[in-house]
Amino acid sequence: MRKLLQPILAVALGLALGLAVTWIAGESPWHVLKILEKGAFGSGYDFGMTLFYTTPLIFTGLSVAVAFHAGLFNIGAEGQLTVGALAAAVVGAVWSGLSAPLAPVVAVLAALLAGTIWGAIPGWLRARRGSHEVINTIMLNFIAAGLTSYVALYLLKNPDSQNPETRPIGPGYLIHQFGIFGGAPVSAALPLAILAAALVWVLLWRTSLGFEIRAVGQSEPAARAAGIDAGRIRIIAMCLAGGLAGLVGVGEVLGNAGKFKVGFSPEFGFIGIAVALLGRNQPAGILAAALLFGALHKGTADLDFETEHVTRELSLILQALVILSVSADGLWSWMKERRRPVIPETAGGVTC
Amino acid sequence: MLAQLLASTLRVSTPLIFAALGGMFSERAGVVNIALEGMMLLGAFGAAVGTLVTHSPWLGSACGMGAGILLAALYGLFAIRLRANQIVAGTAINMLALGLTPFLCKILYDVTGSTPPIPIDQRFRTAPLYLSWVLVLVCWVWMKRTPSGLWISFAGEHPEALNAAGIRVNRVRWLAVLISGALAGMGGASLSIFLSSSFSRNMTAGRGFMALAALIFGKWKPVPTAIACLLFGFAEAVQIRLQGVSLLGSKPIPVQFIQILPYLVTILVLAGFVGHSRAPKAAGTPFQRE
Repeated sequence: MRKLLQPILAVALGLALGLAVTWIAGESPWHVLKILEKGAFGSGYDFGMTLFYTTPLIFTGLSVAVAFHAGLFNIGAEGQLTVGALAAAVVGAVWSGLSAPLAPVVAVLAALLAGTIWGAIPGWLRARRGSHEVINTIMLNFIAAGLTSYVALYLLKNPDSQNPETRPIGPGYLIHQFGIFGGAPVSAALPLAILAAALVWVLLWRTSLGFEIRAVGQSEPAARAAGIDAGRIRIIAMCLAGGLAGLVGVGEVLGNAGKFKVGFSPEFGFIGIAVALLGRNQPAGILAAALLFGALHKGTADLDFETEHVTRELSLILQALVILSVSADGLWSWMKERRRPVIPETAGGVTC
Repeated sequence: MLAQLLASTLRVSTPLIFAALGGMFSERAGVVNIALEGMMLLGAFGAAVGTLVTHSPWLGSACGMGAGILLAALYGLFAIRLRANQIVAGTAINMLALGLTPFLCKILYDVTGSTPPIPIDQRFRTAPLYLSWVLVLVCWVWMKRTPSGLWISFAGEHPEALNAAGIRVNRVRWLAVLISGALAGMGGASLSIFLSSSFSRNMTAGRGFMALAALIFGKWKPVPTAIACLLFGFAEAVQIRLQGVSLLGSKPIPVQFIQILPYLVTILVLAGFVGHSRAPKAAGTPFQRE
């Protein structure tokens, strides 16, 4: 019960604080909330756009969660999804003659592979060189941004556009978009993401590899004592995390843009951290959290022209506040402590 | 041309030096500071607004430092008091700053993303540059020669020992985090009212992370860290210089490779391929007294 209650309370607290900010800005929070609701769920198209933003968040949320179960912090989903998307676009642009059903499969595999490699690097560095994955993944995010924009600007530049983007992919690569969302680019990437969530659940809780991953994450010495090669498991976990993030490219490149656009991701990788955290690193929770953040992202997009003082950046503020309220482990125990009568002698410095 | 390049290296290194020294305090005291980027960004915003209001870059940079301290206090509340995971809280602080700054711009100036330009006579010309190098010396003396410098190191290496000596670990950590907020704020200020003429959306563009990289590169010590900032600044200066310049024919030089160099070098250093760099032992672990 507490497991479910805590994230819900955290979301409520984060949203309440965020809406209080809009009140300071001179807008009625109720009005803002209604715009958010209408923007995210108001029509078939709006809901479709919400689902379109939900899809990459499922992938990045799963990516962060898998790494987390192995005791690793994957701040690098942003870089992994960037190279994944680029790989899909490069394959599609270079072998543009390929036709369906082979073409999308090849592109999906390319995205998966590129993400996996980008995840393997910090995994290997952590396992074999002992350098911390947080710094390495942050650095790799910047390297990915630099390399991909090099490819998009110099090697595969779209000759018909002024924007930094690659040449369009062949028509055989485009995947099916569902018609019921009024033209919103909801593609086969969404069922793929849900399938990935199911597979991650099976992997983590129903296979021996998953057991080993969780064992390493819970206690490395214990896992070592049980004969598990912790380094190997960490590399595998980071490969999986990278591959999952790389799949973001499927919905974006094959299901929407038809090319790689520099800066297409509004920090999906970082929001994925919030998704995993809020979803308590469980696949089902991640699906729900991704939908919530997808809805926030879509809902706030209308704020720029629907209100006078509130901008779409409110989504970042809301997300930050939700993350903070979920992350505060001590907040919950502190609230409990408060309910108990305070004993005078220890009151001054229990944790200070 | 070389003199120009060196001058521009010194200029663009300034925000990095402030932020990296800020990061040094918090990380040496055992609080990992991913939030440097956000503190810098809010500092840049605070400084621009402060200068526009007071017409003085000095008061403006004080506002920037204040904004950095404010965000650092929020970070400290979560990372120290509420024992949140420092990486998660840091990421959230960065997001908050990224969202809050354009939001506040809209409220204050009714434009999204940036503040109005600051007149040139109200901006800094060279002061932050000299100040940053004075600060390097101050930090070096502070960490090496004063008791409080020693406390900060102990809070990050052996918090239990510091606690046994009767010093409150979390007080030292609070102090270090607030200092890091002030310095990161000053770093942001030198971006908005020294290197450019206004605040613009996400104007730090990863400089907080670059400062973090310089900190690692400099093995968490003031003087080497400042030298690392100069190296990274040099890479940035070269890149600005080469932007759009063609070499041998029509193709422009791809600056992306120079851009990623500092990050690549950091990974190599951290992995022990080039020298070795070790983080403070207790960095990232919340301290709780028995």
